[in-house]
Amino acid sequence: MNNLLVADSVSKNFGEFRALNDVSIAVPKGSIFGLLGPNGAGKTTLIRIINQITMPDTGDVFLDGEPLRPEHIQNIGYLPEERGLYKSMKVGEQALYLAQLKGLTKQEAKKRLKYWFEKLEIGDWWNKKIQELSKGQAQKIQFIVTVLHQPKLLIFDEPFSGFDPINANLIKDEILQLRDEGATVIFSTHRMESVEELCDHIALIHKSNKVLDGKLTDIKRQFKTNTFEVGLQTSAVENVTNAIKEKFEVLPATFRNLNDDVKLNVKLNERDNSNDLLSFLTSKAEVHHFVEVIPSANDIFIQTVKNN
Amino acid sequence: MNHLPLIIKREYLTKVKNRSFIIMTFVSPLIMVALIAVVAYLSQLNNDKDRTISVLDETGILSDVFENTDHTKYIMLTADTNLETAKELVKSKEDFGLLYIEKSSDTSSIYSSVKFFSDESPSLSIMSSLEDKIEKKLGDEKLRRGGVDVKKIEASETNITIAQETFTGEKTSKIDSYLKLAFGGAAGYLLFMFIIIYGNMIMRSVIEEKTSRIIEVIISSVKPIQLMMGKIIGTSLAGITQFAIWTILGSILVFALTAIFGLSMAELQTPQQEIVNQAMQNPDMANEMQLAMQSFFNLPLANLVIAFMFFFIGGYLLYSSLYAAVGAAVDNETDTQQFMMPIIMPLILAVYVGIFTVIEDPHGTVSTVFSFIPFTSPVVMLMRIPFGVPIWQQVLSFGILAGTFVFTVWFAAKIYRVGILMYGKKPSYKELYKWIKY
Repeated sequence: MNNLLVADSVSKNFGEFRALNDVSIAVPKGSIFGLLGPNGAGKTTLIRIINQITMPDTGDVFLDGEPLRPEHIQNIGYLPEERGLYKSMKVGEQALYLAQLKGLTKQEAKKRLKYWFEKLEIGDWWNKKIQELSKGQAQKIQFIVTVLHQPKLLIFDEPFSGFDPINANLIKDEILQLRDEGATVIFSTHRMESVEELCDHIALIHKSNKVLDGKLTDIKRQFKTNTFEVGLQTSAVENVTNAIKEKFEVLPATFRNLNDDVKLNVKLNERDNSNDLLSFLTSKAEVHHFVEVIPSANDIFIQTVKNN
Repeated sequence: MNHLPLIIKREYLTKVKNRSFIIMTFVSPLIMVALIAVVAYLSQLNNDKDRTISVLDETGILSDVFENTDHTKYIMLTADTNLETAKELVKSKEDFGLLYIEKSSDTSSIYSSVKFFSDESPSLSIMSSLEDKIEKKLGDEKLRRGGVDVKKIEASETNITIAQETFTGEKTSKIDSYLKLAFGGAAGYLLFMFIIIYGNMIMRSVIEEKTSRIIEVIISSVKPIQLMMGKIIGTSLAGITQFAIWTILGSILVFALTAIFGLSMAELQTPQQEIVNQAMQNPDMANEMQLAMQSFFNLPLANLVIAFMFFFIGGYLLYSSLYAAVGAAVDNETDTQQFMMPIIMPLILAVYVGIFTVIEDPHGTVSTVFSFIPFTSPVVMLMRIPFGVPIWQQVLSFGILAGTFVFTVWFAAKIYRVGILMYGKKPSYKELYKWIKY
């Protein structure tokens, strides 16, 4: 069993509206799985189905090979996008309550909370009320509560919103550490740079359908256009440019560099590989910059959504 | 996994530890008692005002009817005083007013020529007391002129009290009926108040979970119906606690006040007490007081207590689940109005039906029918039970109530489940109907 979570042909209707249409995903154990999609695509519905908040109309969800059961709630930690805490309750009391709802005993919850409060250096918040904390501080509590019961599967929906860069980084490191300790993470966000940074696998949901999924590197390979970013130094700018244009498909490029006279995106044709291109270029001018254009998660997202 | 006890505990503790709840619990009995004391004091103060009324009686018949009382003094002017002079006299002495009875040849036409002059218009009670006195005297006068002996008529007046007894031999009385009415009314009204106060509290606590956005976190650990039931039960326990404290504090305060300020209970009369007091003053009815005690024990007490528990819990669950559903359907308290009407209406109807028909005829068609309709039955049935309702009717009515509350809890849970995750829009009834099918 390599997949911790499998959703098999899951569909869900809300009245006339089809929120999920035959969506299947497989989340490998120990991976960080990016669940992406534009607003209203159906991500939250899928996440709620995994959390057993809503039931699918058709299709099945398996956790560690078993069909999802109410007891599995203890194995899942969920940080929803719409999140908050009881404002007038004290931090410690509240964390204990939420931990007990996840099946921890009071003693165990207390012990673990102590550990986390020390780790994130917030020990003196125990008797404060949530309304006395800042938004970022409350988010920290929320994060601790999500991971406290050491679930096998962690689901984070926009985990970094509300954090300043320092704390966002802190939380990112915690997520990576949890992954290294064996947890599997489903990560839903609109911030493509964090997808780039964290995710091993992604699935893209658009208009209730899954339109793309797989390993991020595989997807990038699939989306690459064999284009190279080229920076040349020459005195005969026009001649060189024309010579390249005769042989290859060329687009203007913009990148930062020191005194390059020619900046181009050059697309390989069927016959040539990157070495052929490079030797062609060296014969024409002095090569200062030669990089393969790798599609970013952002490009892939936009391209896929536009084409569907 | 059963988290219900945990949720109940949290709901209870947060309610009870809430500052405004604590203030409400301990301050409102104080305010209530203080209010009653102030009202009693003020009404006493009002009566304390001394007034002098001059009477100009040109007929001479009415000279002996105006007897001075504690706060009202009558001055009889001589019959030949001129009206204008009399007015001037009263004004200059700053007396309360002048009662003028014009000379009339015919006794029967006197009633139309009685006038009262004063600076400020006199209160109803003063006027009716004056009218009563004159009416009585003129009536007697007419009888006397007609050759009737007024003494004999007075002697012939009879006071009758019909002794009531059921076929099984239990003695009942009017006091009995008052007692039954008081018990039933109190039970029904208590339920009504309880539903409104704590139903609203449940609704607000659901809305709070929505606005603080904690709901999705909770709902990923517990089933919505568990959360809803936990809320209802926890809040009810907090309510019972509050009611208990109110009762204890209230009685302590009343006793303390009577002891310290010597305010007699008679001054804090309620209409029922007044009737009892009158009964006590009347020697003929003195033994009625013993009957009252007896009546109390004649009440179907066991039945009353058991039925009270069942109908109270049933009715409360029925309505509070609806309150929870309303809370789940909306985002903030201002949006609750349109959904509150259908909840409040049957409740108010129940109280009115209870008050107007049960008093008139506790076993009449209207009260019987309403004591079976589940949305009104808790209140109406509780009002009827002291008058003796066959057990089969109570059981049937509770059966219907129980069936309905299972249904409303189910219905509310459906709305609740969907509603708690809906933000930003105020749903219509049509949408609520759709949610049930999700």
